[in-house]
Amino acid sequence: MESTKEMSVKDQVKAIAGQWRDREGNLIMILHQIQGKFGYVPREVALLLSRELDVPLATIYEVITFYNYFKLEKPGKYNIAVCMGTACYLKGASQILDAVKDLLNIDEGETTPDGMFRLDAVRCLGCCGLAPVIMINDRIYGKVKKEQVMEILAAYKKNKE
Amino acid sequence: MVKARINGITVKVPEGTTILDAAHKVQIKIPTLCKHPDLRATGACGVCIVKIKGSQKMVRACCTPLEENMEITTHDPEIVAVRRSVIELILSRHPNECLTCGRNQNCELQKLASDFGVRRESFPQYLPDIKPDTSTGTIVLEPRKCISCGRCITVCQEMQNVWALSMLERGIDTRISPAGDISLADSPCVNCGQCSAHCPTGAIFENDETAKVWQALQDENKYCIVEIAPAVRVAIGEAFGLPLGQNCTGKLYTALRRMGFEAVFDTNFGADVTIVEEAHEFVERFVHKKGALPLITSCCPAWVDFMEKFYPDMIEHFSSCKSPHQIVGVLSKTYYARKKRLDPANAYVVSVMPCTAKKYEIKRSGEMFASGHQDIDVSITTRELGRMIKQAGIDFASLPDEESDHILGEYSGAGTIFGVTGGVMEAALRTAYDYITGGKLKNIDFENVRGLAGVKEGAVPVGSHTVKVAVAHGLRNVEAVLSKVRLAKARGEEPPYHFIEVMACPGGCVGGGGQPYGVTDELRVKRGKGLYKDDEAHTMRYSHENPWVKKVYQDFLGEPLGTKAKELLHAAYKARPEYKK
Repeated sequence: MESTKEMSVKDQVKAIAGQWRDREGNLIMILHQIQGKFGYVPREVALLLSRELDVPLATIYEVITFYNYFKLEKPGKYNIAVCMGTACYLKGASQILDAVKDLLNIDEGETTPDGMFRLDAVRCLGCCGLAPVIMINDRIYGKVKKEQVMEILAAYKKNKE
Repeated sequence: MVKARINGITVKVPEGTTILDAAHKVQIKIPTLCKHPDLRATGACGVCIVKIKGSQKMVRACCTPLEENMEITTHDPEIVAVRRSVIELILSRHPNECLTCGRNQNCELQKLASDFGVRRESFPQYLPDIKPDTSTGTIVLEPRKCISCGRCITVCQEMQNVWALSMLERGIDTRISPAGDISLADSPCVNCGQCSAHCPTGAIFENDETAKVWQALQDENKYCIVEIAPAVRVAIGEAFGLPLGQNCTGKLYTALRRMGFEAVFDTNFGADVTIVEEAHEFVERFVHKKGALPLITSCCPAWVDFMEKFYPDMIEHFSSCKSPHQIVGVLSKTYYARKKRLDPANAYVVSVMPCTAKKYEIKRSGEMFASGHQDIDVSITTRELGRMIKQAGIDFASLPDEESDHILGEYSGAGTIFGVTGGVMEAALRTAYDYITGGKLKNIDFENVRGLAGVKEGAVPVGSHTVKVAVAHGLRNVEAVLSKVRLAKARGEEPPYHFIEVMACPGGCVGGGGQPYGVTDELRVKRGKGLYKDDEAHTMRYSHENPWVKKVYQDFLGEPLGTKAKELLHAAYKARPEYKK
């Protein structure tokens, strides 16, 4: 079972790399597709890619870490972004952030051990009129009160199969 | 040619010459920090900015070519003020720990801050919280002290083609690290230490093991033995203001004896033994067709590590002979210990090397314990020895010369040139010529394997044969040589070479990663010349004619490549992963 799974990751990487072979600036395009497929760039995949493209792993990581877009860690099933932009901050976003941390028992930039939630503090989600704002995957929650956080998270926790 | 004026002085230089180099030609020193003569300019730091008449902005002299009729100003109050601000900004991200830093008084940033009279912290300090990486035991990475100049990256990626180090993140979070924040020991790092030799600050430095040596010297139960590598003798003088490239062999022996070593040996003896074994290996393969050709030298541990990681298909080509310092180590704890009626468990062998990778080599495989103990207990670099001599209160520059201790300190001229690129090849050819033809060479100086060209090739007539050789130094130059070998193997053709020498560091060991700071090609040549002079000064210039080497074979080792020699003087290699994680 394990080896078929491994093969398939390898084949997927090969297929993606193959599409962009010998094209200038292909590394970024390939990494985009990898992240689209896996949700992040797993180390195993980066190592495979390095061999497949004959590009040093050092170069791959230099690119991944240069751009904020690329992720090296597995995202959660639900990614929580707590806005810490100016408006949200003034409206008490740090208390919201603390509440999420306490409830999930994780810090910023961490994922819960069950892989359900990942928490990030971000700068401005672009809807300051709704401050303070949190975003879970693509859904925005505006004018959030500290007391509501538990209720919001509970709805997602229910989805845990 | 391009003609222009710098500070009013007319200068004519070839097209493409940078403003920095052109200014140098007319005795103007533009300060630099990230630029190193060995490396291409990256323009990372901004200390070398100058003004061009008619242009609003200041440009970086290190990476701006001089153009026809340019009028350059390199120094005025505004330029100096900008440079000082650049230095102050760099200092705002650099810990104020000069007094306890390994680069104290040797630091290029410290020197600039001193030259520019920086007297205050003009910007609030921001120091990243990154722990030092001591995983290799050879070099220490201390990213907190990194100023993001990029030299180590260029060294690791371009000069050495190892790609262990990368520059991760960006902006204020920029940091040096192996890909993915693994430890250096889990990365492809081959411990060559060239990054530490090129780092302008204390962000990468050798793992200081001088305390272990002092402790052993204080221990009454230990019998302390020391050996010095060829390249150390022509570089240690730099730590004491002696002329560049001066051969300090005699002073070194004296200093080591005064520090308390009971036996002062010379790695050059081991080099002579290496040549006897390796030349026999060559004859076996070349004349008797037993074993793969080309034969590739293996005395450089960084090169061995590189081969095991990147060219494991070349393992059959490697000489199985150990490096000279390991040979002196194992003979110290076997032959010498027996002669002295000394329990090898109480013998403590220190090797002084121009090299950080030797710290790795002493434990790299089971064969490094051939005496039944760890053959070399600790390996220190030339830089570490320089500090120890100072701590011991020895006025090195004024020391009288002494002799090494018998027998493992006696060497031939061929042994001493191991320390410079092409030297091992030259020494081996002298001996192999004799073995194959039974005669002596008319001219034993092989000029075409000398010098600093990255790859040197030659065809040497040996009796009715022609021996085709290649010498590469600086690991980026390996590819050109080995790809030809791979191609010939794949096609089933005659090998393009019969014998290949590789040294990981540019210039060979004289430019080693553990040598005194400030290496340039000019310095490599001077140190190399010191070794060639040492060779010429010897009446004995063939390793196999070293009477003391012969005696050790007669009394103890038996035949070259014989059972005992194989057991003590040879090692095996294995493929190793580039990344352990």
